[in-house]
Amino acid sequence: MTALLKVERVSKRFRGLVAVDQVSFEVPEGSLFAVIGPNGAGKTTLFNMIAGAMAPNDGTINFAGEPIQGLPSDAVCRRGVARTFQIVRPFPALTVEDNVIVGALLRHREVGVARERTHALLQRLDLFDKRRRVASTLTLPDRKRLEVARALATEPRLLLLDEVMAGLRPTETDRMVATLRGINRETGLTILLIEHVMRAVMALAGRVLVLDHGVVIAEGAPETVVRDPAVVQSYLGTETV
Amino acid sequence: MPFDVYLNVAVAGILTGLVYGLMALGLSVIFGVVRVVNFAHGEMMSIAMYLAVVLFSTLHLDPLIMLIPIAAVMFVLGYALQAGLINPFINRPEHTQFLLVVALAIIIVNVLLIIFGPDAHTVQTSYAYDSFQIGPVIIDASKLYAAAAAVVVALLLFGFFRFTLLGKAVRACADNYTGALVVGLNVHRLYALTFGIGAACVGAAGVMMTLIVDVTPMIGPVYTLLAFVIVITGGLGSMAGALVGGLLIGLTEALAGLLFTPSAKSMFAFGILVLVLLFRPQGILGRRVA
Amino acid sequence: MASLFARIADDTPRRVWILLVALLAAFIVAPWLINDYLVTVLIVILYLAYTGQAWNIMMGFAGQLSLGHAIYAGLGGYIAAVLFTRYGIGPWIGLLAAMPVAAFCGAIIGFLAFRFGVAGVYFAILTIAFAEFTRIGFDHLDFVHASSGLFLPVKQLSHNDLWLLRGSPRMFYYVILAATVVAFVLCRVLLNSRMGYFWLAIREDERAASAAGVPTFRYKMYAVMISAAVTSFAGVFYAFFYNNLFPEQVFNISRSIEMILGPIIGGIGTLFGPIIGAFVLTGLAETLNAAMAALGIDLPGAKQVLYGVCLLVVIVALPEGILPWLSRRLGLDESAS
Repeated sequence: MTALLKVERVSKRFRGLVAVDQVSFEVPEGSLFAVIGPNGAGKTTLFNMIAGAMAPNDGTINFAGEPIQGLPSDAVCRRGVARTFQIVRPFPALTVEDNVIVGALLRHREVGVARERTHALLQRLDLFDKRRRVASTLTLPDRKRLEVARALATEPRLLLLDEVMAGLRPTETDRMVATLRGINRETGLTILLIEHVMRAVMALAGRVLVLDHGVVIAEGAPETVVRDPAVVQSYLGTETV
Repeated sequence: MPFDVYLNVAVAGILTGLVYGLMALGLSVIFGVVRVVNFAHGEMMSIAMYLAVVLFSTLHLDPLIMLIPIAAVMFVLGYALQAGLINPFINRPEHTQFLLVVALAIIIVNVLLIIFGPDAHTVQTSYAYDSFQIGPVIIDASKLYAAAAAVVVALLLFGFFRFTLLGKAVRACADNYTGALVVGLNVHRLYALTFGIGAACVGAAGVMMTLIVDVTPMIGPVYTLLAFVIVITGGLGSMAGALVGGLLIGLTEALAGLLFTPSAKSMFAFGILVLVLLFRPQGILGRRVA
Repeated sequence: MASLFARIADDTPRRVWILLVALLAAFIVAPWLINDYLVTVLIVILYLAYTGQAWNIMMGFAGQLSLGHAIYAGLGGYIAAVLFTRYGIGPWIGLLAAMPVAAFCGAIIGFLAFRFGVAGVYFAILTIAFAEFTRIGFDHLDFVHASSGLFLPVKQLSHNDLWLLRGSPRMFYYVILAATVVAFVLCRVLLNSRMGYFWLAIREDERAASAAGVPTFRYKMYAVMISAAVTSFAGVFYAFFYNNLFPEQVFNISRSIEMILGPIIGGIGTLFGPIIGAFVLTGLAETLNAAMAALGIDLPGAKQVLYGVCLLVVIVALPEGILPWLSRRLGLDESAS
């Protein structure tokens, strides 16, 4: 499999604090790739650089063979990278339907067509019945699914999920995992996710990258990584999974 | 034009600028702590100015003597305003608070217009036409006294924030709202106190301004905008910046009035505002707010 | 044409349609039923509704607070007036010149603000600064007679000249009524379009919108430019209706504030907010005028105090404006977000 995303020696400094230090990895197309690590490890900063919310100080980020580092976030989305946010950000005063239509309008200029695609997506994410509800009235799990729906509406090749399982109960986590697996299986969508919920990581990821203090300390198949002594010491502890 | 004229105009501008600085200081304190963009700032100043005018014309009391009482009245007004009207709206979107204050500004200007009419009122003190001469420079006594009073009040304010416990509490609120709550500070009361202080500042500045300019209801909005130009130029949240900005604007305004037409001098203030907003939004002495 | 009608008619309940048609009919026959003075009152209401709608495009749809909107009306008025007084060019042609200039002015303000990250309240202050700068500038511009004012020649004609906009209040009434209807339709079409969706997304959460692929800079610019161009027509109307222009009046911050009162009171971001707000505001103002006249007192500034109090009351008690509150009460669902 070719690498859809290639991150090469990417660094980010904030006035003397090195948040991300020479991180390199490749995400094969069609894979489910997880980034884990303790809080403050630089995971969201890394995401923000890939998604275009900030530019790296050093290094390159290649998507489908083209450099994307430093591009603004809407340009990155147009290239095929969609993202969700750690703290959910739906459009509060808009309906569920309208939220997703905004995303669908990226690839479809006609509002009518965008609405049809939206309905299909909402069915898939089990939000169709709530499509006319205003986003701010939804529960947290629903808002998370809404954000995923909106991201998927932009028809990305790579989906960045930032702690999408946070705050979900185990049954909801399983449901989200099943949905993501299903989409990956059916459409070949590449998913890169930041996660703390190890249950989801083990169930979902084909490959795991571990960050600590901005540095990669392990990379590989989930089973291997969770037994890596460095990972156990810095993040997992001995009682996980 | 001979150099003397420039010098005289520049000195007059600097002195006026010090009073501007005090006015802007009030705004800076309010914004720095309470984070409210007080668009009624100039209008509040005009209330103080009219108070000075009325007291002078009825009781013949020199404005500089009335400085403290009027500032005290303004403090109470400011405190009440924050406690009663603005505190309940702390958590509303920014533009809601802003429009609230805009509404107040409109009401103040027009109530003053109804009460006092559109004509100018002046305060003619006994020393209104006195002046001092130092070398080639002729300094208006009124401007000098006003500027001196402004410096004194500013120093008092700095002292308050730096050396008193209450002042430090206020600075804590400014730095970290939640942190201040956590350590048990009554933030809402401190906000009201701060707004009161800011109002007292602008009230004092207003009293001093009566020695320099004529008072009409319409100067309220003019000074509001001027105060914003100064605060943004000097640096949001920086008290020294407000004074520096005031000096700068006072100086440029005076020189611009000399080099071009006097009525166009505000244009330069706006030009500076636009430039600062675009190229150095944190102002000369300000820190970048995330 | 059918698809255009469909986009307008799309998902609006029957009840609302009947109400709208009845309202329009009332507006059309009104001048025949009331005296000339009331016709001018209605003209003021419609003028405020029109400019409020134009401002709404920028604020209600795209979320950008402009408090210097008078600049666009002022520019429109002066351009059309100068072309008429100096070169004899009629106002409708003058409009073709005024709109691009106003849009360009909006583009400058928008570009400077959006490129440099000036947002929220600071953007509002920037717009005020530009308007004030223009006011003082025009006050010294001899080409437009500076502060002495620019006057349009008024001839007593026996008939209405629509082309040159010379005529009775009734003619002006129908012109502004037509303009307001056009503005309403325009806003409806815009809201249901791709651009409208992008605007709402930007208003709600600019960062999230960008992450969803919305080109935020470009669409904010569109909002400013369209809003500016639409507002400029109001200036042209103003110039030819009142026949005089003073920079002090036309670019004054009071004009900008008047423009925003309607939408804020009626409901920002809604389609009918500006009209309802304009009605309430003007109705209250006229009541106040009548009361003062009856009592024999003359208080210049009383109207402005009223405006200030209205704004205060609405923000404190009905922050979303009258319309959302009213439609919840009456069970009418406004299809605009």
